[in-house]
Amino acid sequence: MKGRQPQLQSGRLFDKVYFPAMSICASFLIAGIVFALLGFDPVTAFGGLLSGSLGSLSAWGETLNKAVPVALTGLSYAIAQRCGVVNLGAEGQVYIGALCAVLAGTELEMPAPLHIPVTLLAAFLGGALFGTLPAVMKNRFGASELITTIMFNYVALYFVHYMIAGPIKDLDSGSNFAQSKQMLESAQLPRLLAGTRLHAGLIVAAAALVFYQFFLFHTTRGYEMRVIGLNRTTGECAGMNPRTNTLLSMFLAGGFAGLGGACELMGVQLRIMENAFNGFGFDGVAVALLGGNAAGGIALSSLLFGALKSGATKMQMRSGVPTATIYMLQGLIILFVVGKRLFDYRRLHKKPRRHPAKEDV
Amino acid sequence: MAYLELKHVTKRFGTVVANDDVSLCVERGQIHALLGENGAGKSTLMNILYGLYAPTEGEVWLDGQRLDIRDPKQAIAAGIGMVHQHFMLIPALTVIENVMLGYKEISRFRLNLHQAAQRFTALAEKFNMPISPWEKVEDLTIGQQQRLEILKALFRNSKLLILDEPTAVLTPQETATLFELLRQLTADGLTIIFITHKLGEVMDICDQCTVLRQGRVAAANLAISDIHSHEELAALMVGRSIDLVTHKTEARPGKPVLEVRDLRYTDQENVSRLNGLSFQVRAGEIVGVAGVDGNGQSELVRCITGLLKPESGAVALEGVDVTGRRPKEILEHGVAHIPEDRYKMAMVKELSINENLILMSYDKEPYSKHGILQWKEITRLNEALCQKYEVKTPGVHELAGRLSGGNQQKFVVGRELDRAAKLIIAVYPDRGLDIGTTKYIQSRLVEERDRGAAVLLLSTELDEILELSDTVLVLYQGRIMARLPQKDAKRETVGLLMAGVQDDETAGKEGETIC
Repeated sequence: MKGRQPQLQSGRLFDKVYFPAMSICASFLIAGIVFALLGFDPVTAFGGLLSGSLGSLSAWGETLNKAVPVALTGLSYAIAQRCGVVNLGAEGQVYIGALCAVLAGTELEMPAPLHIPVTLLAAFLGGALFGTLPAVMKNRFGASELITTIMFNYVALYFVHYMIAGPIKDLDSGSNFAQSKQMLESAQLPRLLAGTRLHAGLIVAAAALVFYQFFLFHTTRGYEMRVIGLNRTTGECAGMNPRTNTLLSMFLAGGFAGLGGACELMGVQLRIMENAFNGFGFDGVAVALLGGNAAGGIALSSLLFGALKSGATKMQMRSGVPTATIYMLQGLIILFVVGKRLFDYRRLHKKPRRHPAKEDV
Repeated sequence: MAYLELKHVTKRFGTVVANDDVSLCVERGQIHALLGENGAGKSTLMNILYGLYAPTEGEVWLDGQRLDIRDPKQAIAAGIGMVHQHFMLIPALTVIENVMLGYKEISRFRLNLHQAAQRFTALAEKFNMPISPWEKVEDLTIGQQQRLEILKALFRNSKLLILDEPTAVLTPQETATLFELLRQLTADGLTIIFITHKLGEVMDICDQCTVLRQGRVAAANLAISDIHSHEELAALMVGRSIDLVTHKTEARPGKPVLEVRDLRYTDQENVSRLNGLSFQVRAGEIVGVAGVDGNGQSELVRCITGLLKPESGAVALEGVDVTGRRPKEILEHGVAHIPEDRYKMAMVKELSINENLILMSYDKEPYSKHGILQWKEITRLNEALCQKYEVKTPGVHELAGRLSGGNQQKFVVGRELDRAAKLIIAVYPDRGLDIGTTKYIQSRLVEERDRGAAVLLLSTELDEILELSDTVLVLYQGRIMARLPQKDAKRETVGLLMAGVQDDETAGKEGETIC
């Protein structure tokens, strides 16, 4: 990207890397202590985690596959946050995206080069429109998106459960599970690398990350969104419309999450089963927080979360530490990111400004 | 032996030296002015004294004893009281509740407000400040609130009062009352440190002054009686001689640019903020709106700029009715707006200067093409703009929040004036700025007028209004009390009108001139 706006000054870049890095180190340290206290060997456990996630080509493939949906839901949270909107509805948007993808991927018939983009588009639009609902309620009635996005998660979850138990239930397979039909071959994401399960969702996520960065920092719309997100009144004084921007940011947020659901569906799960997409949305919140709502940060932190998920099984096999402890690790990372002042090296030298009344220094 | 002595105080924030070997001597019973431009280190020094900052080096001596003040509680215990520019009062509580807030001299568990109220009333009467202890603070005038802040400090047995720009929010009459009180307090043995930008006040009320410049003492303990002119003081503060008069020729007004007719606005609490305002601003003239803050200024500006929809009445720009239009459309009519609160309304601290400077023009060529921002071009244009408007910054990629207040205001002013607008609305354009920057902004506004722009200037600084405006409007409780040409706008008359007092003479004038 030429003529690029230097977004980070050296000092700020250092901060943006320093705090997440410290959070991750501290979390692993604490997790290690807990493992030890429980009688497991932390070195073996983390060794298993490492080899299970990055130790072989196929492990890398798994890690990247697991990173794809959370990178997309991370973007979903991040783009809304940049506009000052808290999107806690990626869970539901993922489901609606997946539902739309299933409809497009099982009901339509066309060659793969066409079918895949059409299915992805359906998922994007489904998630996006579902995402705009809370935005409309916020604009029209002042309803807090914090509440409505969470509530819409249940609407989406149970609606999808209803759909797979009834209208789009797979009757052909003979099983009695509530599940959708399997995606047609032409609507499945192709594998990218022989010997791995790595699928083309990686390309979708990478494209979304590039789009996010370009949109926010190089388009007038993205600029408006950032201004509104940081200082709504200033934006209004400059003639920007906060409502339009809220709507657009939630549209894109829903769209990203919808794509996340579609990639997971089209590349890994191939059909919707009950609760099969749980957790992706909230993991996205964590990924965005850890990544500081920046494209690069989200890419890296989604890789970390992907690695944790993919390496968990091997960790359990080698050391006996249950896979569920990964959630503890994730939780710790977020706690430390939120409480990053713990690592504020400058606090040792400088008292915090307690009196902000004057800017006179 | 001086009452208060700061010896060789140095305060560093990282690599920035806010106070460099500053010594300050204040005699008991005197009013000592602390002068300096923004960023000269006045506030840092006072925050050290009040325990908000710890000095990197140096000592504080009070009444012959060395103090080690670590927080405001200790400062208060040592008899130091501070009245901040923004009052530290809770509007919903009563006077006495505010006084007792955080005061620990009483028994630990029982709060005896009545007993406290008695002591408070006695104190208030002693200094001739009739404030009822049971009144709610939100019902007090600004002047009363300030006197309450002073009483609060006295109630805590302060012997040394720090007043941070105490007159910034007062009418001339209220200022006079305040000065009377201050004289009474010093006669009673109190010592006062008076921080201000207004040179006239220093000459009026202070005994001595110390001038800070760039963190160092530029002049210590000057007796005010030895200073002969404002220029002399200003030169000390700025470090070079400075012309205090804004030069301005006779206005040659053209056709009306802004017309406001019978504007009314009632806010959500059902308080009527604008009560039928009518006036016009013509091309090539500066119309100044004088008035105490909170008399409808911000509502008026918001109605004109489209941020609020008026209840009734009309706003027209060059004859086009724009009442209730969206802010964007009004901006497109060639309106520039320097808002009252730059942090809230005119800038984004977290974004770079570059990003802040395109706030009004990001969607126009050459700043963007087909919705894509042209950063190279933007950077080039903005670097030129920073140079033109003397914004001191390491570069346009610096975060806006890192600049000093004066430089932030300069880039906001630069951004607004550089668009060659037809109407410029400047609200308190130099609030909190130092003399150098103030004069700079004022002369820029006059230049814009001479270029043919219509300028609507709102300010609480009466001197600024009187000096710059070709026509003076006085706003009081959402009404225009009078419309006076510059030559008829005398300080005393306008001051009274600002307080809502209308004598027959001015009333007659209003009748004549209001259209």
